[in-house]
Amino acid sequence: MTNPINRRVFLNTATAAAAATVSAPAVMADGHKKPRVVVVGGGAGGATAARYIAKDSKGAIDVTLIEPTRTYYTCFFSNLVLGGVRDIQSIAHSYGKLASGGVNVVHDWAIGVDRDAKTVSLAGGGKVPYDKLILSPGIDFVDGAVEGWDTSAQNAMPHAYKAGSQTELLRSQLLAMPQGGTFAMVAPPNPFRCPPGPYERVSMVAHMLKETNPTAKIIIADPKAKFSKMALFQEGWANNYSGMVDWIGADFGGGNVSVNPHDMTVTIDGEVNKVDVCNVIPAMKAGMIAELAGVTDGNWAPVNAADMSSKADADIHVLGDACSQGDMPKSGFSANSQAKVCANAVRGALTGSKVFPAKFSNTCWSMIDTDNGVKVGATYEATPEKIAKVDGFISKTGEAADVRKATYEESVGWYSGITSDMFG
Amino acid sequence: MKTKDQKLKFANTRKAVSLALFVASLSSPIMAQDVDAGAKVYKKCKACHQVGQGAKNRVGPQLNGVFGRAAASDPDFKYSASMKRAGADGLIWTDETLTAFTENPKSLVSKTRMSFKGIKKEKDIINLLAYLRTFSDDPANIPEAEPTAKGTDHDIDPAILAIQGDPEYGEYLASECQTCHKSDGTDDGIPGITQWPTEDFVVAMHAYKTKIRPHPVMQMLAGRLNNEEIAALAAYFKDLE
Repeated sequence: MTNPINRRVFLNTATAAAAATVSAPAVMADGHKKPRVVVVGGGAGGATAARYIAKDSKGAIDVTLIEPTRTYYTCFFSNLVLGGVRDIQSIAHSYGKLASGGVNVVHDWAIGVDRDAKTVSLAGGGKVPYDKLILSPGIDFVDGAVEGWDTSAQNAMPHAYKAGSQTELLRSQLLAMPQGGTFAMVAPPNPFRCPPGPYERVSMVAHMLKETNPTAKIIIADPKAKFSKMALFQEGWANNYSGMVDWIGADFGGGNVSVNPHDMTVTIDGEVNKVDVCNVIPAMKAGMIAELAGVTDGNWAPVNAADMSSKADADIHVLGDACSQGDMPKSGFSANSQAKVCANAVRGALTGSKVFPAKFSNTCWSMIDTDNGVKVGATYEATPEKIAKVDGFISKTGEAADVRKATYEESVGWYSGITSDMFG
Repeated sequence: MKTKDQKLKFANTRKAVSLALFVASLSSPIMAQDVDAGAKVYKKCKACHQVGQGAKNRVGPQLNGVFGRAAASDPDFKYSASMKRAGADGLIWTDETLTAFTENPKSLVSKTRMSFKGIKKEKDIINLLAYLRTFSDDPANIPEAEPTAKGTDHDIDPAILAIQGDPEYGEYLASECQTCHKSDGTDDGIPGITQWPTEDFVVAMHAYKTKIRPHPVMQMLAGRLNNEEIAALAAYFKDLE
């Protein structure tokens, strides 16, 4: 991975273009001497970091964001698309405002990092040099995590855990399900992206089936004995989708599972279930580029809590789902929070701007049914060992309808807030 | 200090007056207006608006003389771009427009900075406007009316209010707020917090910190901010356009 790839140098055009859009003439003349930050991955961590560094450095830092897709679909709220509560366009975002805000957006795949030469190589050819590299690649799936499933089976049994076409595919399969049919979910082991995500998804699938297919069944094979907001979800399923949801946890063999995408069967603890739609959410690991950069240890990339720098390389920072940092859940909110701490530290290191102490926070809202939202959240601080939890809260079971409605409405406000914060 | 008996007596008198008005309103052929009940509805507005003697612009503009006033016409208040446009387009605050705005602010001025969902009950709106009417000219302003301009209901140490916040630190700390609260001040389900008077911002944050104001996320986030950090945030958000 440290072999430099000798290709046409991409840098000059990219830097000149960035300078032309963001800088005053005096700075432009000096453009090539500006410190360079390269961000890989344009999600909650990467887009936020790129935007804040460009915004706060006011042109003093060249910021390049490498993101393969031109339209980004947020994983958060994609369950609401499955439930028919929102449409797919409502979770689609472009990078136009980041570009006009001074970020040089390159739509390409990052395929390697040369840590000695400090360059990132692109699938389309060329290398992008960096002084500081921020990796926020999200997740990839662990090969062989679910017996019988690999990514070549993702059309028959979608994961829908990276939002976009997979979300639409799973929704169309759910809509086409025969009356009284069975939807199965294979839930992932810890740690994974969005801990309440699979269970919000069950709620949203139940929500749409209740309307279109009320005799349908939902089976969840889960390798865990408990899960995020468990009491809240189980209460919600009992109250709103009575008799529809069958959760099979680790204590009942939920972890002993294999699938056959060809026959559409799911075998749970030896029992073969013929299903109509199957959502396989495999075990996860850091997005591939983190491993290619050599900053992972096992499935994830360990980081220092104070500035999100990699424990393997002080000039590489890893954000969001891909890093292992301590107590924060892998969520878009967490990635966004970590990005701000990282942006502040990177800017300080490159321009001498004031670096303030790290503060992190997270809140995860989940939708159970119409006007029925729940939330969990916590604050965190940086310790020498890890990001450590300070304080937290969680919605209560048995809350009044108006509280749940207010929580749902708040989640809609949060969606608008965080996507503005990410993409400008 | 009033004795318990005096308080009870006072409460009973108030109840009697309200009851009398209520009975009178029932016999009235037109839709009833109850200024006293309107004063109670107005409590919802008090966190942001002042009205009466000495009323000043706070988070929202003061409401003396609001009837007949053009939207966004107070030169001392920083209105949203949306409200300014409405004013330029000729929006005048009348019984009709205030009713629509009070029912759902965004239905009338789509990107107003007024983070308020609106009042649902028609009767509450009628009473509220009857109450506000008493602070506008025509038919008759009432200069000796009991002022409602009291700032807020929370006690806070003046030394805390006097802290000068560091806006640069505030900008960094504010990034945490802006995951939910939009930097352009608009409200899609979470209130806008830009351009608040410093004192109101500090009072609100301390109310969360001491858990007087309910909201688990805000109590948690405010709970770990020290006085200087709250002042820094107030200093930053005050001038955020």
